[in-house]
Amino acid sequence: MKKIIAGAFALALTSTAAFAQAYPTKPITMIVPFAAGGPTDIIARIVAEPMSRTLGQQVVIENVAGAGGTTGITRASAAAADGYTIMMGHMGTHGAAPALYPNLKYDPAKDFAPIGLAAGTPIIIVARKTHPANDLKEFIAWAKKEGDKANHAHAGVGSVSHSTGILLNSIMGTKPTFIPYTGTGPALNDMLSGQVDYMTDQIVNVVSQINAGTIKAFAIATPARSPALPNLPTTKEAGLDSYEVSAWNAMFAPKGTPPEIVAKLNDALVKGLDDAGARKRFDELGAVVPDAAGRTPAALQKLVESEVARWTPVLKEAMAAAKK
Amino acid sequence: MDIISNLALGFGVAFTVQNMFLCFIGCMIGTLVGVLPGVGPVATIAMLLPITFGLDPTGALIMLAGIYYGAQYGGSTTAILVNIPGEATSVVTTLDGHQMAKQGRAGVALGVSALGSFFAGCVATIFIAALGVPLTRLAQLFGPAEYFSLMVMGLVFSTVLARGSILKALLMVFLGLLLATVGTDLETGQERVTLGIQQLSDGIDFAPLAMGIFGFAEIISNLENPEARDVVRGKIGKLLPSWADIKQSTLPVLRGTFIGGLLGILPGNGAVLGPFASYALEKKIAKDPSRFGKGAIEGVAGPESANNAGAQTAFIPLLTLGIPPNAVMALMVGAMTIHGIIPGPQVMTKNPDLFWGMIASMWLGNAMLVIINLPLIGIWVKLLKVPYRLMFPAILIFCCIGIYSINNSVEDVYFTAFFALLGYVMIKLGFEPAPMLLGFVLGKLMEEKLRQALILSRGSFSTFVERPVSAGLLAVAAIMLIIALLPSINKKRDIAFQE
Repeated sequence: MKKIIAGAFALALTSTAAFAQAYPTKPITMIVPFAAGGPTDIIARIVAEPMSRTLGQQVVIENVAGAGGTTGITRASAAAADGYTIMMGHMGTHGAAPALYPNLKYDPAKDFAPIGLAAGTPIIIVARKTHPANDLKEFIAWAKKEGDKANHAHAGVGSVSHSTGILLNSIMGTKPTFIPYTGTGPALNDMLSGQVDYMTDQIVNVVSQINAGTIKAFAIATPARSPALPNLPTTKEAGLDSYEVSAWNAMFAPKGTPPEIVAKLNDALVKGLDDAGARKRFDELGAVVPDAAGRTPAALQKLVESEVARWTPVLKEAMAAAKK
Repeated sequence: MDIISNLALGFGVAFTVQNMFLCFIGCMIGTLVGVLPGVGPVATIAMLLPITFGLDPTGALIMLAGIYYGAQYGGSTTAILVNIPGEATSVVTTLDGHQMAKQGRAGVALGVSALGSFFAGCVATIFIAALGVPLTRLAQLFGPAEYFSLMVMGLVFSTVLARGSILKALLMVFLGLLLATVGTDLETGQERVTLGIQQLSDGIDFAPLAMGIFGFAEIISNLENPEARDVVRGKIGKLLPSWADIKQSTLPVLRGTFIGGLLGILPGNGAVLGPFASYALEKKIAKDPSRFGKGAIEGVAGPESANNAGAQTAFIPLLTLGIPPNAVMALMVGAMTIHGIIPGPQVMTKNPDLFWGMIASMWLGNAMLVIINLPLIGIWVKLLKVPYRLMFPAILIFCCIGIYSINNSVEDVYFTAFFALLGYVMIKLGFEPAPMLLGFVLGKLMEEKLRQALILSRGSFSTFVERPVSAGLLAVAAIMLIIALLPSINKKRDIAFQE
């Protein structure tokens, strides 16, 4: 009996190894926890194309939207750890979520096998066209002077613009009145007509309005300027160096996915990030591709841990204040 | 004569063999998929997005736009034939459209809605080309306060949707408003009435609610007395509208096009109100309002034109501002972005061939839809001849696939089953679902806009009357409400005098 069990065990082991070698033998599903058409979805689709070529199997995008992305990530984290279900998480689902969703069913740092960082989109501080400030310094002075008379728009609790906006105010030491919207579109619409004063959002959502001069931009929260907006100073240049934040996107597999498979997926992801066609599209979006050191599973694990630690206190405090 | 040279450029782009072919394929796929209950334009475009990657951006967007109109049109087909509104805008079509089908006039209803939609589409195309840019500025007058007042006006329309008791209709509107409050609180992120079910944290989806309460509930009640259903399939009647039908529909189509087109421009999804407003208007000015809800052709022609005009003019905020007014347009933003064109105010000057090519393709798409759909009417109507014992399982299966495909979520299918039971109880008690769906659709927007307006005014309700556009809308709502209630007040007075 023991022999049979041992034999079965050995067989299981060898078949896993063989399985990992042959992987992938069927299409891979990548769960994107947002509706099709948003920044994370676009980045996932751009990188899925060259990945499919490298892996020799189609990487199929499945959009499972809801609750700031946590619905899709919850479902993906419970999928079989065989490498055929992976997911695209981001700053919200794997950084801000534990502070925003007290009943979260996963732990961003413990329940996943990180694959690697994909492209991220920088955050920009924008304001209505008629805003009196002309640069970031004037804007900070204005926000301090106005206090709760300032109207700060965001795209909904749990969105990137919400978390990054709360962080901005916490660093500036300002307490504006928040105007919640259900997406960047409606918020921008009211900014175009001058009803709200300022907000923070991803470059891809605001770049065309900035270029058209329909809204003002004060600074981009990245270490280097963006080729898409070469005249826009970084927050460091403009005098707010502690505000450096990006809506990073990263690929994860469910916990327990064999390391050989994770390595194959990481290899395909890295090749995808360097693919000329994908790179051109990232540039058009203003998205930033991580450097070689930032692309390993270990680097991603470290990033997730530091992001959870960074967002939790700031957001918990802000959420408690909002409920009062 | 900028507009003529611009349109010439646009037609030059749209009338290439490749783009005409893509437009045709888009319309065809859209129609076929849209007919499947539950699979609306959002699901279809999301599924087919990867196919367009290999195309040039203009061709890809022309094809996606074709899918959008096609699916919109296909949705009306299911509303008429099987009483299942795939989208908020086709709820109204079920009221008289399905009644017409029951009377053996399904072909007429489908024909009128195809022709009305084509007319509305043509007018809307010219409208966008000529006035798109100035109208954008007009739409900017609409802030949260104005949207709220517009939604209040919309709620007043709901009393007109009632076929029976106005009191019952009002109760259903309030039930709809209540259902709309389920989900995450806009401001605090607190979950409201979600019963700990994660799928409810973003609120109840429209499709499971509409499909459960309309389609599934009706199937249950049909199964109770199958004889009634078989009478329907005996009568097929003529396939195309007669001259008399077309004459009767002309003015409703014109009015519907105007109302729908105007509401469609609003960047905050005003298009939802179009068909409701058109139906309310037709019923109000009809010589015999009691015909409505029993298969009045005006109740199909007007709202269907409003629907299509609004679907078209909804492109205005996307193309001129880069702001998507609804979920489909948000997907179009994604499609444009993937193709390297980031939507915004500069698309018109930077990519004129794309901008005008898309506008020209709208007209082309509408023409193709008529060509595709008129011959299909015969096939759809024949479907009604299928024995009900074969028909209802097929409807159920397609609905379930459709609902699942929206969010890839099994829970949505369970929700539909729950709403089906609720809908069946409502039918038994004589409550109508249409006013509830209107309350539900408007409720979400209304709460959001009310709260935004009140936060912006720091809690002062006078903002709704201080802002002129908002005050005007509220005044119209008040007048309409008085007109709606007057007859019943008069009646009561008469009764009082008799005593």
